[in-house]
Amino acid sequence: MATETAEPAVGAAQHLELEDRIRLLRAMLLMRGIEERAMSLYRQGKVPGSFYDGYGQEAVSAGPAFAMAPEDRLCILHRDLAAHLIRGVSTVRILAQYMGRETGITRGRDGNVHFGDPRLGCVGMVSMLPDMMLVATGMAMAFKLRGEQRCALTWFGDGSTSRGDFHEAMNWAGVQRLPVVFVLENNQYAYSTPLDKQFAVDPVQRAAAYGLTGVTVDGNDAEAMFEATRAARARALAGDGPTLIEAVTMRMHGHAAHDDMKYVPKEQVELWRKRDPVDRQDSRLRELGVDVAAVRAAVLAEIDAATEEALAAPMPSAGDATADVFATGEAVPLGDGQAPWSGFAGRGEVSS
Amino acid sequence: MPTMTYLQAISSALRDELRADERVFVMGEDIGVFGGAFKVTDGLFEEFGPGRVMDTPLAESAIIGTAVGAAVVGMRPVCEMQFSDFISCGFDQLVNVAGKMNYRQGLAVPITVRLPSGGGFSGGPFHSQNPEAWFMHSPGIKVVAPSTAEDAKGLLHTAIHDPNPVCFMEHKHLYRRIKGDVPSGIYETPMTARVARAGSDLVVIAYGAMVHVALEATEDVDGASIEVLDLRSLVPLDSDAILDSVARCSKVVIMDEANATCAAGAQVAALIAEHGFEDLDGPVVRVATPDVPIPFSPPLEQAVLPSVERVREACRELLAY
Repeated sequence: MATETAEPAVGAAQHLELEDRIRLLRAMLLMRGIEERAMSLYRQGKVPGSFYDGYGQEAVSAGPAFAMAPEDRLCILHRDLAAHLIRGVSTVRILAQYMGRETGITRGRDGNVHFGDPRLGCVGMVSMLPDMMLVATGMAMAFKLRGEQRCALTWFGDGSTSRGDFHEAMNWAGVQRLPVVFVLENNQYAYSTPLDKQFAVDPVQRAAAYGLTGVTVDGNDAEAMFEATRAARARALAGDGPTLIEAVTMRMHGHAAHDDMKYVPKEQVELWRKRDPVDRQDSRLRELGVDVAAVRAAVLAEIDAATEEALAAPMPSAGDATADVFATGEAVPLGDGQAPWSGFAGRGEVSS
Repeated sequence: MPTMTYLQAISSALRDELRADERVFVMGEDIGVFGGAFKVTDGLFEEFGPGRVMDTPLAESAIIGTAVGAAVVGMRPVCEMQFSDFISCGFDQLVNVAGKMNYRQGLAVPITVRLPSGGGFSGGPFHSQNPEAWFMHSPGIKVVAPSTAEDAKGLLHTAIHDPNPVCFMEHKHLYRRIKGDVPSGIYETPMTARVARAGSDLVVIAYGAMVHVALEATEDVDGASIEVLDLRSLVPLDSDAILDSVARCSKVVIMDEANATCAAGAQVAALIAEHGFEDLDGPVVRVATPDVPIPFSPPLEQAVLPSVERVREACRELLAY
C-alpha cells in the first residue's frame, strides 16, 4: 500500500480515444466559459450572494468525472463544475442556478455550485468540508453490502484534510475496504491559508496509514487525472479498496468574487499560469490536428444561448419558500448519470 | 398480544424490519457481536450477520454521514448512537447534510437515528442528556419520543418507513422498567399525540419518561380530573391535540426532562400562548430540568430532574389559581 506517484501522462492517453480527448477539452472550456460568464453576471448584480469558481482547476473535475460509469455516484465540490457537465447537467440550468432562478438545479434553495442533480447520480456539497467524504463512503458501503460493481467518488480541498471527517472517512473506508475514490484537490490555499499552516506532512502520505492507496497526480492534466481515476476505480471494483488521489493544482482566482488574493505571491500565480490545464489540452489536440477553434466557437455559442434563456427564466415564487422541507411518499434514490467515455460504450442505455 | 418491555419492543421492531426489508440495516458502536451497550440489538448479529448488523468504528460523524450516503443509493439505515449525548459528534452530518438535503436538492434521506437518552441513574453529564430540542430547531429532521412499549415499536416502524431523517428518542430509564402489550408484526404508530389519561380540570403535557412521572404525580391530586397528554412526536408537533386538551382543561403544566431553555416544552408553551390564550384559566406552568449539566451524584441528579413531587405541587398550585 505504498504511496506512489502516477507517471506523468503528458501526451500519453492510454485509454482515451481522440473523441474522448476532445470531450475533455470541451468540458473544461465549457466550465471556464460558464464561470467567466457567471462572474460577469455577478458583476452586473444578476448573481446574488457571492460567486466561487474553479479557474485553473478544470482538469481536477473533468478527468475523474470522465472515468465514472453511469451507475457510479459522485459528491461534487464547488470548484468542480466540469463534473456536473460531464454527468449531463445543462449549461442553462447551471446559469439559472447561479442566478437563483426557479429553473436552476436547486430551484433557488441554494446558490453557486452547491448543487447536485439527483437524477444524474450526483449529490451537492454542503459548506462544511469535507462532509461529503462520509456520504461518498456510505454510498460505497451500500454498493459493497449489495455486492454491486459500482464506485463512489468525491472531491475535497487541502483545508479539508485538517478536519475530523477526513480522518473518519479515510479510516472507515480503509477498515471496510470500500469502493470509493477520494480526490484531494490541493490548490495551495484554503481561502487565505497556505499549505504550511494546514499540515506538517503532505496528506497523500496519510493514505498508507489508513490502508489506502495514495497517488499524487498533476492536477492540471485532465488526461493524467482521468488515468489515475480510471485505475483507482478499477482497484475499487476489484475489491482492492479505496484510493486517495492528490491532484496538485493551483486556485488561480480568489476564494470567491470578493477576494483579491493579495496573500498569494505574484510569481506563484505566473508559474501556474504557464501550466494552465485548458491550454495544455488545447495544445495537445492542436498538435493532433483537431480544429480546436471550432470546439471553442461551439462552446461559446452554447453559453450565449444559455445565458439568454437563463436570464429569461422566472425567479422562484415566494410562496414556495417553506415547501419541501420534508420528503413525502417513497424516497427516490439517485439515478444514473451520463458517462461519455468511449470505454463505457456498448454498456446499454443510460437510464437518466 | 405479547407483553414486552420498552427495550424488547424496540428490538422487536428492528428484527421485524430486518426480516421484512432487505434495504434495512443497523449500524453503530458495539451493536453487533456484543449486542449493544444496552443489548437492544442482542441476537440480531446472529440472525442477520455482520453486513446488516454492523459494528462500526468509534466515529459518530461517520455513522450519520455514511448512513446518508447509503440512504441516497437506496438503503434504509438505522443508526444507533450508543448514548444520545454522542450525537453532538454527529451533529453536523445530521443537521447540515441530512436535514437540508430534500429542501436543497429534492433528494430524500430515509435514515433513522436511535438516540438512547435521558437520566435518572447516575449517568452523569455525558450519559444523561435529552438533546431532542437541538433537532427540533433544525429544519428537515423529524423527532419522535415514545413512552410506552407499544409506541416504541410502532414509532420505530414509522420512523424507518419515513422518507426523512428521524431522530428516535428512546429513554434509557424506560428500557426495562416499562412493559406493555405490543401487537405482533409490523404496524405504524402515527406521529401524533396520545391522551394517556383523559381529564377536564388540568392537562399535563409530557413525552418520553416524563409521561410516567406525570401519570404517577396526577393519579390523585385532591380528587381533580387531570389529563395527561403524551406528545409522542415533537416534529411534527401535534398542535391540534395540544390545543384541544387546553380548550377542554384550561390549565396546563408542561414537562421536560431536558434543560428548560428552548426545550420542547418551551415550544409547546409558545404554541399555547399564540393559539390557546383565550382558553386558559391560569398561567402556563413549566416543570423542567434547570439549565445545568446533569450531575452524577444521586442527590444532585434527583434535585434537578423533574420529580413526581414537583409535578404534583405544580398541579396543586395551578388548580388553586
